[in-house]
Amino acid sequence: MSYTTLSLTLIFVLIPLFLSKTLKLGLEKDTIIATVRSIIQLLIVGYVLKFVFETESIVYILLMITLMIVAATLNARKKGKAIKGITWKIALTLIVVEVVTQGILLGLHIVPATAQYIIPISGMLIGNSMVLSILFLNRFTAEVESSRDQIELILSLGGTPKQAIHKQLTNSIKASMIPTIESQKTIGLVQLPGMMSGQIIGGADPVQAVQFQILIIFGLLTTAALSSIMVGFLSYPTLFNERMQILKSV
Amino acid sequence: MTQFHETVIKFENVCYETEQLSILNNVSGEFYKGKITTLVGPSGAGKTTLLKLCNGLYSPTSGEVYIQNKPINSYEPTTLRRNVGIVLQSAPILKGTVYENLALPYTLQNKKFPKTEAIKFLNNVGLDESFLHRHAEDLSGGQRQKVSIARTFINHPEVLLLDEITSALDPSSVNDIEQLILKINQKYQVTMIWITHNIEQAKRVGDYTWVMMNGQLLESGETNILWNNSNKYIQNFVSGVQEV
Ligand SMILES: Nc1ncnc2c1ncn2[C@@H]1O[C@H](COP(=O)(O)OP(=O)(O)O)[C@@H](O)[C@H]1O
Ligand SMILES: [Mg+2]
Repeated sequence: MSYTTLSLTLIFVLIPLFLSKTLKLGLEKDTIIATVRSIIQLLIVGYVLKFVFETESIVYILLMITLMIVAATLNARKKGKAIKGITWKIALTLIVVEVVTQGILLGLHIVPATAQYIIPISGMLIGNSMVLSILFLNRFTAEVESSRDQIELILSLGGTPKQAIHKQLTNSIKASMIPTIESQKTIGLVQLPGMMSGQIIGGADPVQAVQFQILIIFGLLTTAALSSIMVGFLSYPTLFNERMQILKSV
Repeated sequence: MTQFHETVIKFENVCYETEQLSILNNVSGEFYKGKITTLVGPSGAGKTTLLKLCNGLYSPTSGEVYIQNKPINSYEPTTLRRNVGIVLQSAPILKGTVYENLALPYTLQNKKFPKTEAIKFLNNVGLDESFLHRHAEDLSGGQRQKVSIARTFINHPEVLLLDEITSALDPSSVNDIEQLILKINQKYQVTMIWITHNIEQAKRVGDYTWVMMNGQLLESGETNILWNNSNKYIQNFVSGVQEV
């Protein structure tokens, strides 16, 4: 696709701009910002990826993955500000997710150990891990806040913090994983997953595209479980002090 | 009247504050073994907070709470809380059956709670066997309160902290629960601290009373200090005028 042809796709930006203006939705500014940002960010990523793929240097691959983890951590930690040390807890989780998934994929030679595979797959899995951490933290802080009485009840009957918060912890882990599992039940029926669509448009054999998509789906399941459970088990102890009291505000 | 009283819980200059406000201000006093001390005062006075300091759900910001002459922090928290039981004001109920709620003190220690025991405790608070398998969430406020009381008894605590435990009960149940608590108090020499907003109840059940207002202990002593008191605030409170 040439840049002239690509620029024709700006029509897709003009349509919402026009509608927003006529219906006074007030979304013009955000639409323009979103358009400009996506053009700049994706172009940069495109050129960076091209460079990394050409050099095939392990240093650049690691650097890119580090950047992904840092960006994802900074984004997710906003939801857990009240939890002590949440930044490194999320970072550690993302690192473990990356090491475990790539360890399996590369260790068992499921995908070739090249930047072309490692980086996009890492991006999808780390991104999913970030979303899961956010979903978990949102749910967990809300559950703890609304069930303080029940937590105090269990503590007052001689329960440990772990026993007192077990219900809220498992509920939140479950709730945060449900969207990942549910979305995979209908996958392919309505919407073709982004990665698969991209590959097919790029000229890949659809069956091969499906194989990669299946790999990603399975990877997402592991990622989801690992992320929620790790963030959960790293977070809950900070809600209590050494006298087994639940702290005032979460 | 000379009587020897063994002190079970002692407050020494206890303050409790959050970042924004001071909730308890320099409270000192003692609770005696086998006696019932009522805690009266307008809502927001700090009564619930004081109770939660007695079983280590909270810790004082300054000052010290002693249990049997030892600083409260020298006890392991779970053991302490089994020995100093509390019936919480909101009577929280866990999702599940009445039996599961009653068995909680046992399940927390990975022990099985015999059904026959559960029925005994239910009967004690005036509920019959048929309640055992009811969903606890479907119970009325009064029934929840009774289950909550029974559940606290199951650890056989030496000290009982009762936070407005009859507020949702009808008059005849109030009487039943009062009789039950008095019986337990006499039979097992259980030390009790009983928060009530009902002055008549404080007169009926209490050996001693603490009058609290605005985070302060205004006065403490035998229950009869509640009448003929020279303190204007206490007179007003007792006669039902709760503003200060
Ligand atoms: N968790 C809390 N955070 C902040 N303030 C609280 C908290 N719990 C109680 N308070 C405040 O402390 C004061 C005393 O509360 P409480 O001990 O429940 O009084 P009482 O039981 O006598 O009604 C009240 O002003 C209440 O608003
Ligand atoms: Mg209260």
